[in-house]
Amino acid sequence: MVEKLDTDRADAGVNDSREGARMAEVKAWFIREVLPLEQILIQFLNRSGRSRADIEDIRQDVYMRVCAAAYDEIPKQTKALVFTVARNLLIDRARHEQIVSIEAVENLEALNIAIDEPAPERAIMAREELRKLQIALDRLPQRMRMAVILQRVEGCSVQEIAERMSTSERTVKRHLSEGVQALAEIMLRDIPKSGRTS
Amino acid sequence: MNSRPEHSDSPGAALEIDAKAADFLIRRADRGNWTGEDEAAFDNWLSQSLAHKAAYWRLESIWDRADRLHALKSLKAQAKREAPPRRALSFSIAAAVVAVIALSASAGFLMLQGGAKTYATQVGGRELIKLSDGSQIELNTDTVLRTNFAGGQRQVELVKGEALFRIKHDPAHPFTVMAEGQRVTDLGTEFAIREEGKRVKVALLEGRARISPAPANGASKSAVLTPGDEAVATAHGLSIVHQSQEQLESDLSWRRGVLVFHHATLEQVAKEYNRYNRQKIVIADSEAGARVINATLPATDVGAFARMAQNFLGLTVEYRDDAVVISR
Repeated sequence: MVEKLDTDRADAGVNDSREGARMAEVKAWFIREVLPLEQILIQFLNRSGRSRADIEDIRQDVYMRVCAAAYDEIPKQTKALVFTVARNLLIDRARHEQIVSIEAVENLEALNIAIDEPAPERAIMAREELRKLQIALDRLPQRMRMAVILQRVEGCSVQEIAERMSTSERTVKRHLSEGVQALAEIMLRDIPKSGRTS
Repeated sequence: MNSRPEHSDSPGAALEIDAKAADFLIRRADRGNWTGEDEAAFDNWLSQSLAHKAAYWRLESIWDRADRLHALKSLKAQAKREAPPRRALSFSIAAAVVAVIALSASAGFLMLQGGAKTYATQVGGRELIKLSDGSQIELNTDTVLRTNFAGGQRQVELVKGEALFRIKHDPAHPFTVMAEGQRVTDLGTEFAIREEGKRVKVALLEGRARISPAPANGASKSAVLTPGDEAVATAHGLSIVHQSQEQLESDLSWRRGVLVFHHATLEQVAKEYNRYNRQKIVIADSEAGARVINATLPATDVGAFARMAQNFLGLTVEYRDDAVVISR
């Protein structure tokens, strides 16, 4: 890791108790406030015309840095922090590049993200959550979806799933591993909020 | 992988970390087979970096949410049902820029036997002129065009600026455009002409056209242009290069209100922008001006340019009344 920043310090503090109270707070904050921003963060990063792998690297870098900051103090303006960090990472990369690509015409709002806006509505109704989950599951390839449902709904072990699906445990693990990553991507990015406003 | 500055461990590192996190997650969920050693390895991995933690938390929160699946009773049936597989991991948002041609339809018709008439657009303006012979002329920003159709001739002069000509060919009445001492004669054509001070640039899109100095002088050449040719003519000479379709389209992107740049320096981009906007962009230092970009930007939105410079290049932007000053 090139950037040492606060990560080492933060990690050192929790070597012995990974779920130390401080880190538990960071985790709760991250899930509650940062993850819901993933959709617009990805939209913003996509403006830079970078490769998928690049964008995922920057996303993860953003998450790491904001978590390091939150370890010192839980930020009051999460959205502002996330986008400031993202912007700085883009700029930093652009400095090292011969040519910087920008596609600013499409979806100009993505560039207009007001950095001091209040965070989006946090309370997502349980029903909304279920709706997203259903949509996300429907989009998984069939066998991947089947493995996920058997594990999450029926509580089957990997071995049982392998038997029921007449396949190897290795394949089941792969389905589950790819399944959770695909669900994360779909649920955090692809599914628009339902039209209703509360 | 391409050589890249060393920002993270290596390009694609995030995807590997995500995969590792997913692997731990699903193995931990498979309680019967999770050993103390596994837990130690997991603890060790997790404590290595906040990036690992964040990746794990992200997936875990999704996996935990999937517990709500219990509420979806229909899913149990679904597990047994056959359903057509669908690819789900469409990640990138298609970058199709939709070309919306919004041109002022207010330009009047005009009889070609009419006398002289002048058309002009303001800075940032565009206008479509439909001639009664079926020809069309699109004027770009800050352009002046004078027509002279007296006596059945078809002659126009591009006094300044840039225009796209789509000409209905009529061998008996050749259509000619004068610009900066050059004459372009239509031979069945669509072409664009841009006046740049003392030189004229002619890009031929369809058909053919002849470019010659006007008035003709013995020493100078004339040439017939074919599609893809771009001629640059001055009082002293003429050069012709062949452009790619992509480049020609980029050069005409003003017709949909955007400017497209390939490998352009910020200095060049600013210069082009300034043709379209009263509020001028000033690049205050040469290092910033030398930055090279590929970009698609709205032609008449100086703010978009400024945000780009700020957000993607990390440059400093200062807004003044009549100018936006960009510096490091």
